[in-house]
Amino acid sequence: MRFFYHFGNYLMLLQRVFKKPESGSLFRESFVRSCWDIGLGSAGIVAIVSLFTGMVTTVQTAYQLVASFIPKTTIGAIVSDSSILELAPTIMTLVLAGKIGSNIASEIGTMKVSEQIDALEVMGVNSASFLVLPKICAAIIMIPILVIFAEILCLVGGMIVGDITGILTTDEFIQGARSTFMPFTFYFSMIKAFTYSFFIASVASYQGYIITGGAREVGEASTKAVVYCCMIILLSDYILAQLLL
Amino acid sequence: MIVLKDIRKTFGDQEVLKGISATFMPGKVNMIIGASGSGKSVLMKTMVGLIVPTSGEVLLDGQNFYQLEEEDKKEIREKIGMLFQGAALFSSMTVEENVILPLKMFSNRSKSEMLDRVNLVLERVGLTGNNKKFPSEISGGMQKRVGIARAIVLNPAYLFCDEPNSGLDPLTSIKIDALIQEITQEYNITTVVNTHDMNSVMEIGDYILFAHKGEKSWEGNKTDILLSDNPILNQFVFATQFLQEFRTNRAKKL
Repeated sequence: MRFFYHFGNYLMLLQRVFKKPESGSLFRESFVRSCWDIGLGSAGIVAIVSLFTGMVTTVQTAYQLVASFIPKTTIGAIVSDSSILELAPTIMTLVLAGKIGSNIASEIGTMKVSEQIDALEVMGVNSASFLVLPKICAAIIMIPILVIFAEILCLVGGMIVGDITGILTTDEFIQGARSTFMPFTFYFSMIKAFTYSFFIASVASYQGYIITGGAREVGEASTKAVVYCCMIILLSDYILAQLLL
Repeated sequence: MIVLKDIRKTFGDQEVLKGISATFMPGKVNMIIGASGSGKSVLMKTMVGLIVPTSGEVLLDGQNFYQLEEEDKKEIREKIGMLFQGAALFSSMTVEENVILPLKMFSNRSKSEMLDRVNLVLERVGLTGNNKKFPSEISGGMQKRVGIARAIVLNPAYLFCDEPNSGLDPLTSIKIDALIQEITQEYNITTVVNTHDMNSVMEIGDYILFAHKGEKSWEGNKTDILLSDNPILNQFVFATQFLQEFRTNRAKKL
């Protein structure tokens, strides 16, 4: 029953979110600030995680492919496909759910407990549209860009570590990656990124919105936001794979 | 003018407001007093549209707020200014950005006209020159003043103040009270103040509504309160020996 209660409330919040903003200029200001926070604010962690993910994937793939008749280019193919298909869009958005999700939930939650959202409502401002819509729009634009960035760095990380450790040369890596590359793999990763980014921003905003209480509840909402975002990402990862692959 | 007719509000099994009726006049500081849990905050939130009453009518200049269409409600909301207990300033915005926000939302003025208006209201609340400061860089009293400036920037017809003096020292409280009273009279606003502060009540209360356990237990003005024989009101208002002596002395003079 609690699930249906929250699901219904979540849909009602979305209904309020997707209404025309009262002020175009304030929406643009808030949207640009959110793009900055979500995009540039997360670029560092995305770079580190994706570089190391690519490096580790190359080393582990090489460790498992011990047979001498398997060409080394296969390592490049496996690292490339797994990076584009799963590691960059899913693992990276799980990391982003932790960073961006908790950030959004605690920001909106703090505004709720300090009556800032009430202040907007009393002014006649649709607080859901004013606060949440710019964040959803920014997430939908910036997270896929971060995923593309992560895909590139995963490949670069894998390629560098392969060359340095002598597992395979850069040419072999690129040859392997190109041999199995299908454009749909990339499109599929973008579909995933758009889907997850919407859920990260909207679910985290909902968790912040429903807070009643004080600092403790803000912390709890932040944790819940991350947990629910991760669960939804994993569930939708399976559903999308089942439907589209 | 605000008229409340038989306002009731129930949360689950608990009836928090049990049929409160009252009339708040323009140009007057109308005060709602009562102990914690008496329902005064819920009553104020029903007046500003944050809590929908279970039954009853909230009439703002004759219009029943809860029977209006969404667009009409929005028009009424633009006439409402509210000062929150913690000021509720947007922490990521400067003083100027906080005050200009309602203008950006609801007026078609040019940027320079908006800034002129912001500077005027900041001057009115005694905060000239603080435009670029963030809420975290100013004192609690100044934050309340910014809250008042934001509340009056659109020339509201109704001003609601929730515990305007909470957390403030007595001197600052007096200044905030004086400011609320001046603004109310200057702009002929219907002001409703929710407070525990008996000093405020005795200084600026033109009309006082005493709420007790969700009911209107007493109403009158600051002169009547000294002569009231309502035992619950007297227990609340004159809780200390000092205030009891004050009451006796003032009553003798009257």
